[in-house]
Amino acid sequence: MDSAGASDHDGKSILVVGGGIAGITAALEAAEAGARVILIERSPFLGGRTAAFHLYFPKLCPPACGLEINFRRLKNNPRITVLTQAELESLAGTAGNFKATVRLSPRFVSGACTLCGACVEACPAERSDEFNFGLSRTKAIYFPHAMAYPAAYAIDRSLCPEGCTACANVCRYDAIHLTQAPERRVFSVAAVIAATGWAPYNAARLAHLGYGTLPNVVTNVVLERMAAPNGPTRGKIVRPSDGKPPESVAFVQCAGSRDENHLPYCSSVCCSASLKHSAYIHAEHPEVPVSVFYIDIRTPGLLDEFRARVTADSHLTLVKGRVGRIEEDPNTHDLFVTVEDALAGRKSIRKFGLVVLATGMVPQSDGLPSGFERDEYGFVADGAPGFYAAGCAKRPEEVAATVRDATGAALRALPYAVRSGRHE
Amino acid sequence: MSKSVGVYICSGCSIGDSLDVGRLTNVAQKECKAAVCRVHPFLCGDEGLAEIRQDVAGKAVDSVVIAACSPRMKTAAFAFDPCMPLDRVNLREHVAWSHSPKDEDSQQLAEDYLRMGVVKAGKMEPLEPPVGEVSRAILVVGGGTAGMTAARGAADAGYDVVLVEKESHLGGRLANVRTGLPNHAPYTELQEIDLAGKIQTLTDHPRVTLHTATQVARTEGQPGAFTVTLTRNDQSFEHRVGAIVMATGWTPYDPARLGHLGYGKSPNIVTNEQFEAVLASGSLARPSDGKPAESVLFIQCAGSRDKNHLPYCSAVCCMDTLRQADLIHQTNPEAKVYIIYKDVIAPGQYERYYAKVQNHPATFLMKGEVSAVNPQNGDKVAVEIQNNLLGESISIRADVVVLATGYAPRAAGANGKQAQASEQGASFSSLEPGSILNLTYRQGPELPVAQDGFPGSNFICFPYETLRTGIYAAGAVHAPMDAAAAEEDACGATMKAIQCVEMVSRGQAVHPRAGDLSYPSFFLQRCTQCKRCTVECPFGAIDEDEKGTPKFNANRCRRCGVCMGACPERIISFKNYSVDMIASMIKAIEVPGEEEEKPRILVFMCENDAYPALDIIGIHHRQYDASVRVIPLRCLGSLNIVWIADALSRGIDGVMLMGCKYGDDYQCHFAKGSEIASRRLENVKETLQRLQLEPERIQAFQVSMDEYARLPEMIGTFVNRIRELGPNPYKGF
Repeated sequence: MDSAGASDHDGKSILVVGGGIAGITAALEAAEAGARVILIERSPFLGGRTAAFHLYFPKLCPPACGLEINFRRLKNNPRITVLTQAELESLAGTAGNFKATVRLSPRFVSGACTLCGACVEACPAERSDEFNFGLSRTKAIYFPHAMAYPAAYAIDRSLCPEGCTACANVCRYDAIHLTQAPERRVFSVAAVIAATGWAPYNAARLAHLGYGTLPNVVTNVVLERMAAPNGPTRGKIVRPSDGKPPESVAFVQCAGSRDENHLPYCSSVCCSASLKHSAYIHAEHPEVPVSVFYIDIRTPGLLDEFRARVTADSHLTLVKGRVGRIEEDPNTHDLFVTVEDALAGRKSIRKFGLVVLATGMVPQSDGLPSGFERDEYGFVADGAPGFYAAGCAKRPEEVAATVRDATGAALRALPYAVRSGRHE
Repeated sequence: MSKSVGVYICSGCSIGDSLDVGRLTNVAQKECKAAVCRVHPFLCGDEGLAEIRQDVAGKAVDSVVIAACSPRMKTAAFAFDPCMPLDRVNLREHVAWSHSPKDEDSQQLAEDYLRMGVVKAGKMEPLEPPVGEVSRAILVVGGGTAGMTAARGAADAGYDVVLVEKESHLGGRLANVRTGLPNHAPYTELQEIDLAGKIQTLTDHPRVTLHTATQVARTEGQPGAFTVTLTRNDQSFEHRVGAIVMATGWTPYDPARLGHLGYGKSPNIVTNEQFEAVLASGSLARPSDGKPAESVLFIQCAGSRDKNHLPYCSAVCCMDTLRQADLIHQTNPEAKVYIIYKDVIAPGQYERYYAKVQNHPATFLMKGEVSAVNPQNGDKVAVEIQNNLLGESISIRADVVVLATGYAPRAAGANGKQAQASEQGASFSSLEPGSILNLTYRQGPELPVAQDGFPGSNFICFPYETLRTGIYAAGAVHAPMDAAAAEEDACGATMKAIQCVEMVSRGQAVHPRAGDLSYPSFFLQRCTQCKRCTVECPFGAIDEDEKGTPKFNANRCRRCGVCMGACPERIISFKNYSVDMIASMIKAIEVPGEEEEKPRILVFMCENDAYPALDIIGIHHRQYDASVRVIPLRCLGSLNIVWIADALSRGIDGVMLMGCKYGDDYQCHFAKGSEIASRRLENVKETLQRLQLEPERIQAFQVSMDEYARLPEMIGTFVNRIRELGPNPYKGF
C-alpha cells in the first residue's frame, strides 16, 4: 500500500450548492475526508426543508437531533466555509479547474451579534414567516427559527420603514449594519454538487380540490408545521376555520403527483408522510377517524413495516380511490369529499373536518450550471465530469435516501479535490 | 497535570447586568486560585480573544476556562490549540438568560458553575491524539453491483482497493440480467448493462487488487490497521487495510417456502429469477413443454410483506416484474401479462416506466390476494384471486406463473442463511460465526444487524452508521434496494470508508464526535477483569486477553465514555473527561445547609440532545428553577454511578438524568448509551433503599431535542417533589 494515499490536496474546493440535509451531508462527508468545501445556501439558515419537519418517518424522531450533530461537525471543521444568503451566479471552466462566482446578499447582521434580542423588540415592521408557510408573523429583523444555524438574526430590508434604524440604534454590539451591500466572491472550485432540494407542489393549482377557497383544505407541509412544537400552533393540529381539533381527517394522496396534468412522476415520500401524519393526529387525539385515499400505498423496503405498524390502528382507514371533488358546508366549514372507491366500485360522498392534500415534490434546479443533466421535470442528474447531483433535486426521496445519495455524490466529487485522484 | 488555569469571564450579552461579576472574579481568584482571571465586556471579539491568546502564548496559563456563552456558541472564536485543556462555563444560556437577574440564587448558580469549570480544567491534561501507522487501503467484500462500484469509486479517488468475491467471477446477480431499469429521461426505455466493460475497468485498474473465488477467513485489528486473512482453495494470504465495505448482496427468498403459491406443483410455476432464464432464451418457452407461452401471470409480494415470511417489502420486485412484462411484450406483443399486486411500488421517476408498461394493451394489473394456485390438465395453471377491484373472486388461467420472490440480505452466512419462519412469524438469526468478515472481536465475528437481518443501525440522518467502526454495509445487504440504488449506496459507503481512514490517520474520532482527539486510557494495574467495559462498549472497541483484561483499540473507539461509566474501579479516563473530574465538579458545588431550605439538584445531561434543548430555553429567555446544577456528559452511558453516591453523600437533594430515547427506535447517538445508563440506575435505586433514602430522589428522563419547551416544567416538577421529600438527611455529614 502506498500509504501516502490521497490525503494531499491541491487547494481547490468542492462547491456544494444548497444547505439542506443533502448539501450539509455532502459537505461534511467530503470535508471530514480531507477535502476543502464551500457550502452555499440561499436562505439565511441551514437545514432546508428538514428543519421544518416535526418528526422523521419511520422512527418518529426529531430532525433537530441529527442536525445538531451535523452543525457541531460543521462548527468543528475548518475545511468548510459556510455561506448563507449566497447563490451561485456563474461557473466557468472544467472539472478540477472551475471558477465559481457566488453572489452574497447582505444579512445586515454581523458575527458580533450575541442573540440578545433587543433589536426585535425595537423593530416596528412585521413579515410573514415563510418557515411556517405564512401561518405566523415575525418582525422584519428575525431569528429564522428556534433551532436555526447559524444562530443569528437576519433582516428582510424590503419591509423596513424608510430611514428606520431602530434595530441598529439599540444594538449594543455594533452588530447591525443596515448599509451593507451585496458582494461577489470568486472561488477556485474542483467540482460542484447540486443539492438544491425541492419545493412543495403549488397547491394553488389544485383548485379542484378546494385549496385556496375552502379554509379546512390544507397541504401536508402545513400540517407538518402545525404538528411541530415550535410551529405556528405550538404542536396542535387544528382546523384553520375555527382553530379547533378536527373530528375527522382525510388525506388525499397523489395531490398533483402521478398526474399527467401536474407532476407525471411519483413523489415517493407522500405515502409514508401521510401515515406519519396520521400517527401525529392519533398521538394527540387517538379516537379521531382518519381516512387515506390512495392509488397505491408506496412504502418501499423497510418502510413497509412502518405502514404495517401505523395501519394497525383501527382509527385509520385506507381507501383505494380517487378524490374527485371537495365541497364545504359554508356554515360549519365541514368538508364533503366525493371519492370513487376503486375496490368497492362505487362513488360515495363522505364528510370530514379537515382535508390534507398530500402534495408532491418539485425539484428546485433553476439557475444551476448547464453542465448538469436536467430532465423535463427539472430533476438534475450527474452531468459532465465535475458535476454531481444529490438529494431531492435529483429524484423524490426520503431523508435517509437523500443522505446516502449525498454521501455518494461526495465520493464522485472527491477525485477532483485530491491530488492523487484520477484527473492528475 | 496542568496547574495554571486562566479564567476569562465575559460580561456581555447581559451576563454583567444579571450577575455580580466582581464576586465571580473573587471565586476564580481567591477560592479557585486561578493563575489569571480577566473580565471582558465582549470576550468573543478580537480584543477579548487577543488577551486569552497572549496569556497562552506567554505561558501564563496552560488551561483555559471561558465563562461566557454556551459551548455550542462562538466555537470558531474560542478555538485555540485543540490539544490545550479548555472548558466552557455556560453563564449566558444556562444562567443569565434563564434565571432572574441580580438574584442571589442566580448568582450562586453562576458561582457554582464557575467552580465546576475551573476544577475540571485544572484536572485536564493536554490531549495526545492516538498515533500509529495507518493503511489507507479499502477492503471491499463482494463483487456484485455494489462491490464493483465501491471498488471503482475508492480506486478513482486514489485509494488502493482489495476486492474479494467468493464466486469465480465478478458481477453477482447482475450476471443473470440482460437489461436494467430506466434511470435517465424519458425513463421509459430499458438500459443495456455493460457488465463486461465494468469488469474490465476493474481488472485493468492499477489500484485494484482482485481476488475471485476467495473468502475472508479472518479480520483482526482496527480501522487504519486491519489485517485480513483471505483464503482461496487451500491458499491463505494477508492484506493490511484501513476500512471495509461489506457489499455481500442478497439471496432470493427460498421458494420452497412458497408452497401456498404453488411453487413445486408444476414446472410452469417459477420464480422471477428462473423466469429471467426463460426470457433470456428469447422464445418465451413454457417450461413444461417448450411451447410459446401466450399468457404469463405474476404474483407480487411472493414471500414479501408477509409476517410469516419476509415482513418487509423487497423494494425491487414490482419494478422487476414490470421490466419482465416489458421484455415479454418485446418478444410477443400479443402475450397476455397479468400482474396480481398489493401496491405497485414504482417510486419517483419509475412511475413513467410503470405508466408505459401499464398502458400496453396486453398488460392487466389487478389488486388482489392470491388464494390458490392449481396446475390444470394441459399445462395451464389456474390462479384464484380474492378481493380484486370488482369485489369478487376470479380465476385466471395462465401458461406460466411467475412468483415475484423477495429477498433476504446475504449477511447471515456464507450460504445466504435466510429468515426462519416460525410460529411467531419470521425471525432472523443473528450472524453466525464463520460467515462473512470473521472479526476477531470480543463482541462477535460479524456486523451487528439492525432491522430484519440487515446490518447497520437505525439512524435516519446517518444511514451508514454501524456498530463497528470503519466497516460499512453497501447495497442490497444494507437495505432492500435495486441495482441503481445499490450503486449509489456503494458510493456513499465507500466515502465513509475513505473518511474513516483519513480521520484515523489524523488521530481523530469518526462520527458522532468527529474530530475528537481524546481517547480513553486504562490504568490496568487496578483492573479486576470484571469485563463490564468489554461487554458494554457499543462499538466492540475493547477486546480481552485470556484473563479478561481489556485490550483497547483506539481506532475502533467513538469516545462516548460508556466504558468509563461502566468501570467500578474508575480506571478508565480521558485526558479531558474522567470519573475524577466529574466527581470533583460535584464536590465543587456549594451545598447550603439544611436550615437554608435551598435544595440542590444535580442534572446529568446528554450533551447531544438534552443540553442543547436547555440552551434553547435560554435563547427564548424562559426561566427554570435555579436549584439545578447541570453537568453535561458525552453520552448518558458514560454516567458512573459513583457520582450519584458522591452527590448524595455531599448533601445533594436529588439527581436528574436526562438522556436520549432508547428502545427499538433509539435516538442515542451511541446507540446503547442511554439504555445502559437506565440499567445502571436500577442498581443505584437498590443502594438508595439500603441507605433508607427515597428512590424518588433519583429519576431518569428521556428527552429529545425538540422537547425543549417541556424542560422548565420537568425540572420544576422534580424540584417540587424533592422539596416535598425534604432535605437529604446526609446533608452536613
